[in-house]
Amino acid sequence: MENQFQGIAAAPGVAVGPVWVFRHVDVQETTRASEGPLVEWARVDAAIGQTRAQLIELHARAIARVGAEQAAIFEAHQLFLEDEEFIGAIKNGVANDALPAEVAINQATEQYAEMLLALDDEYFRARAADIRDVGGRLTRNALGRTDDISTLTQPSIIVALDLTPSDTIQFERENVLGICTMRGGPTSHVAILSRGLGVPAVVSAAISALDGVEPGELAVLDGDLGTLTLAPDQAQLNAAQDKRGKWLSTRASAQVLAHQPSITTDNHRVETVANIGGLKDAIQAIDNGAEGVGLFRTEFLFMDRDTMPTEDEQVKIYHDIARVLNGRPFVVRMLDVGGDKDVPYLSIEKEDNPFLGWRAIRMVDGREDIYLAQFRALLRACADDSSIKHDLRIMLPMVCNMMEVERGRALLEHAKEQLRSERVPFAEKMQFGIMVEVPSVALLSHHFAQHVDFFSIGTNDLTQYTLAVDRGNAKVAKLASPYNPAVLKLIAMSIEAAHAHGKWCGICGELGGDILAAPLLLGMGMDEFSMSPTSIPAHKQAMRKLSRQECVAVAQHAMSLPSTRAVTDYLSNL
Amino acid sequence: MATAILTVNHEAGLHARPAATFVKAATSFPCAITLRNLDRDKKAVNAKSMVMVLTQGVVKGQRIEVIATGEREEEAIAALRGLIESNFD
Repeated sequence: MENQFQGIAAAPGVAVGPVWVFRHVDVQETTRASEGPLVEWARVDAAIGQTRAQLIELHARAIARVGAEQAAIFEAHQLFLEDEEFIGAIKNGVANDALPAEVAINQATEQYAEMLLALDDEYFRARAADIRDVGGRLTRNALGRTDDISTLTQPSIIVALDLTPSDTIQFERENVLGICTMRGGPTSHVAILSRGLGVPAVVSAAISALDGVEPGELAVLDGDLGTLTLAPDQAQLNAAQDKRGKWLSTRASAQVLAHQPSITTDNHRVETVANIGGLKDAIQAIDNGAEGVGLFRTEFLFMDRDTMPTEDEQVKIYHDIARVLNGRPFVVRMLDVGGDKDVPYLSIEKEDNPFLGWRAIRMVDGREDIYLAQFRALLRACADDSSIKHDLRIMLPMVCNMMEVERGRALLEHAKEQLRSERVPFAEKMQFGIMVEVPSVALLSHHFAQHVDFFSIGTNDLTQYTLAVDRGNAKVAKLASPYNPAVLKLIAMSIEAAHAHGKWCGICGELGGDILAAPLLLGMGMDEFSMSPTSIPAHKQAMRKLSRQECVAVAQHAMSLPSTRAVTDYLSNL
Repeated sequence: MATAILTVNHEAGLHARPAATFVKAATSFPCAITLRNLDRDKKAVNAKSMVMVLTQGVVKGQRIEVIATGEREEEAIAALRGLIESNFD
């Protein structure tokens, strides 16, 4: 379709409305001569004062709209205004090179932006955009001109070459239907701010020139597909309106409530968290209202590669996720692979019964180094930094006896000891827990509860180990129901044991996100429910309709029933 | 003249908040202070300038050389050393 331009999807949603084209004041066009160093410096000085005042206001505005974390950028921008070298270079330009104020500012800005762009580290290169944002603002103030946003008077799709954070935040929120830029990537400021504002955005759109875009013309912006459609035909328009309607209603009902906690009708609060496999899931989890991560499966770091990930590689990945969680609970399951997974560099022999074989915590026997490096990486990645206090909770998978807990704990302490002596900062305050997925642990849970900070029940494995059913075997998989009263009793025992010792208990198997099981688990006293990110909004909704008091009886009755069928029938008819 | 060679262990390197904290501390002393990233091919720069400190591209694990010359130089080095060694706590 020739009226459609492909870009990169940067913030979800669909917008339909008139296009509004944003252009920066072009400062290069000035050809005036300097009116003398004193006059020009006075202009620069006044521009600095004005810019500072604007940045303070933008900062306050951004805090209100997108939160303190994303607003911090405007605080950082103020530092450039106090920079000896940057301001010194401008002063030198007006005094010694007899440049007009705006030209001196522009030259100094570009000089430092180029220096930053020459660095090989993405973080530092991105700062070039920051100094250009400040420089541009200074120049406009020196010229006494503002970007003309007075014509943005109705809700519109904003199309621009590029948008700085301060451009993005200055638009009246109710007039921004969507944002489309020709430059920028999915992690650029404009993408992040758009997600924060909840407006659809497309970046790197393949529009050849802004001049080809007619202001006021009707357009469709699809932030899921990453497309901008100018002057859509009736069919395109209908489809877009339809999609937008669905997006708005889903967002309205679920999103708003998804970010509220799960509180039952009798005022009992449970934690709703997410199962994740990586950074992308973590972002999705937070967007869906997760209060943290209840299970991070670390396998993906180790699979589909030829060599073991180094400790530093692991630190980077864990740190990225921890930053997204921003201090929310981060429950990490230590590596759980075995003969059923292909991890070539671990050279795990093919086993007849990999689910009963050398896997997970059992690998400490023979390959202690893997867990040691993983402990070190996790501890390092979650060291408090100046802005975030991380909440790391590490758990051992597939524990079947007490010795494994002692061994795991000793290895963790050894990792801390090493980091301490190397003077490497690490997460001093963290929790240590175990997965309850082998029946022996559930049966002896009152012993285990004394030695760990928490339990997390892995119902998938607990079910297959209790009922002797291979979940992967289609012929018998249907027997593997966590609703079997035997499995339910093991879950209830574990929760009770945890609480008796003042510890908390969570659930991270499929059952955790199953709405049918919600009254049952609530009645048993489950503290934390971990599930796939997309299940969270609906699960919270279901939880809010329940009374914990009433569910205690539900759980007791369910456990007294003789069969899986009887339990599911009972729950379905509640 | 007072000098120190220090390893930056903060996750962010000398970037974002650590850089800002470092520059603010340097600016509070009257002496001239320079900084050089020993692990990149860089010339020493004014440690009181945010932009110049950023151009050093100091990432976690890299060593920097800090030189103070003039009034209260020893005190300045001690303060900056404290920041780096305490990991900007």
